[in-house]
Amino acid sequence: MTSVLFDVPGPRARRRTRIATVVAIVVGLVLVALAVRQFAINGELTAERWAPYGSWPMWRYLLGGLGGTALAAVLAVVLAMAVGLLAAFGRISRLFVCRAPSRAYVEVVRIIPLLLLIYFAMFALPRYGLDLPLLWKLVLPIAVSRSAQFAEIFRSGFRSLEAGQGEAAAALGMRPAQSMRYVIFPQAIRRVVPALISQTAGVVKDTSLGIVVSYAELLQSGKVLAGYNRLLIQTYLVIALLYFAINYALSRLARAIDARQRQAGRFEPVSSPSPARRGLGRIRSATATSDDAPRRDRARA
Amino acid sequence: MTGWTDFVGEFAEGALNTVLLTVFSALGAIVVAVVITAFRICPVRPLRAFGTGYVELFQNIPLAVWLVLFVFALPVVGIQFALFPTAVVATALYMASYYAETLRSGINGIGTGQAEAARALGLGFGQTLRCVILPQALRTIVQPLGNVTIQLLMNTALAAAVGVIELTEATNRVNLALAEPLPLYVGAGVCYAALALIISGVAGLVDRKLVLPR
Repeated sequence: MTSVLFDVPGPRARRRTRIATVVAIVVGLVLVALAVRQFAINGELTAERWAPYGSWPMWRYLLGGLGGTALAAVLAVVLAMAVGLLAAFGRISRLFVCRAPSRAYVEVVRIIPLLLLIYFAMFALPRYGLDLPLLWKLVLPIAVSRSAQFAEIFRSGFRSLEAGQGEAAAALGMRPAQSMRYVIFPQAIRRVVPALISQTAGVVKDTSLGIVVSYAELLQSGKVLAGYNRLLIQTYLVIALLYFAINYALSRLARAIDARQRQAGRFEPVSSPSPARRGLGRIRSATATSDDAPRRDRARA
Repeated sequence: MTGWTDFVGEFAEGALNTVLLTVFSALGAIVVAVVITAFRICPVRPLRAFGTGYVELFQNIPLAVWLVLFVFALPVVGIQFALFPTAVVATALYMASYYAETLRSGINGIGTGQAEAARALGLGFGQTLRCVILPQALRTIVQPLGNVTIQLLMNTALAAAVGVIELTEATNRVNLALAEPLPLYVGAGVCYAALALIISGVAGLVDRKLVLPR
């Protein structure tokens, strides 16, 4: 992948690479051994400290937490996408009265930490007579904070379409609304599906703040469980593994769809040098691990 | 409006802690990211695998989980430091994966021809990287690095979840005493906005200084 940086290695370079490989493996093994030793001398490797994670009740409890995470994530994604889509429409509108507030909303929401929003929902809103249920104290702030990201994704999708698409629609006699509905929107949405999935992984990560509002999602369940069985490191490692499994699957899915769309060659990739480059470039760098971007650049070059 | 002045200090301390968290985590994250990026582009396969694994591992597990692991779980196996440095380390390791991705995308964004031309001139791997690839790559990623740093600033708020008294937590505590949520939370939001503006301003300034005519 990055072999462009090297010449084809000669015998000496190959020998150096082999030596470095061996050294790296040895160092890696030593580090793993040190970690295991650290666990062992603190008595965290004994069978009875791990055995509970082979038992059903423990997993039933964790699956409950997983369910809470899924519920919160789905609600937050749906809400954030809806608001994001609205804001994106506002930002590409021809009317200043639509453009300005949408832009202000996105810019403001982007720079407020999620936790501050959650605290606001927990401690400020009740004072003004709005005491939300636990789930919504988590979901609403996430939806608000992610809606800005979704808005930028949708907008970059719209902007990535060639001007000819809208012009052709106009030439066929479509009004702007029709052109958006039948021509622009369907194409733009397809292009941003991978970015939407990456954002969804981000939302899943956000739901771990359920630990702050005591909503029973995965991390909060883990905290309760660890408090109950005193198996701190085991519990949190299992929790981390579960999050990893979910988000890794999501990011692989995003990458697979992205690769397939590019291969199908139905359209120019969104992040290619075009007016949309900055917008999506920013989103990509902030969210997705874009393994494919460099490969594509190379193919173009 | 009684009592406001008593809490200015607490608020300011929180803001200072947020700034310190951001600065130390960013510095740490950039150092780690450079190492990880070096691993990811080097010809030694185990190191490449380690780099990839690092990025995947840290990006796919929420920062809150890392913070809880570092603060509450690691002491169990005898690894314990003061709270603030622990929060810095967790944030730095987490954000390093994002910095590393940005760095790598910058390097990969440089045209193949640049490296080929450098090799044709007889430059070795190190020279190619140092004199040809890196100077160009770094210039293209100033803005993305700024964005990741703003993301880091937002993420320092999570340290409140494990008990670090930074801006968000300080706001919360002052609110418990004053019960004036709206001005307090809006004020904290404005502080974050100001810090984010500083970061993006610096990034914009550096970007304009270094912009490459292409």
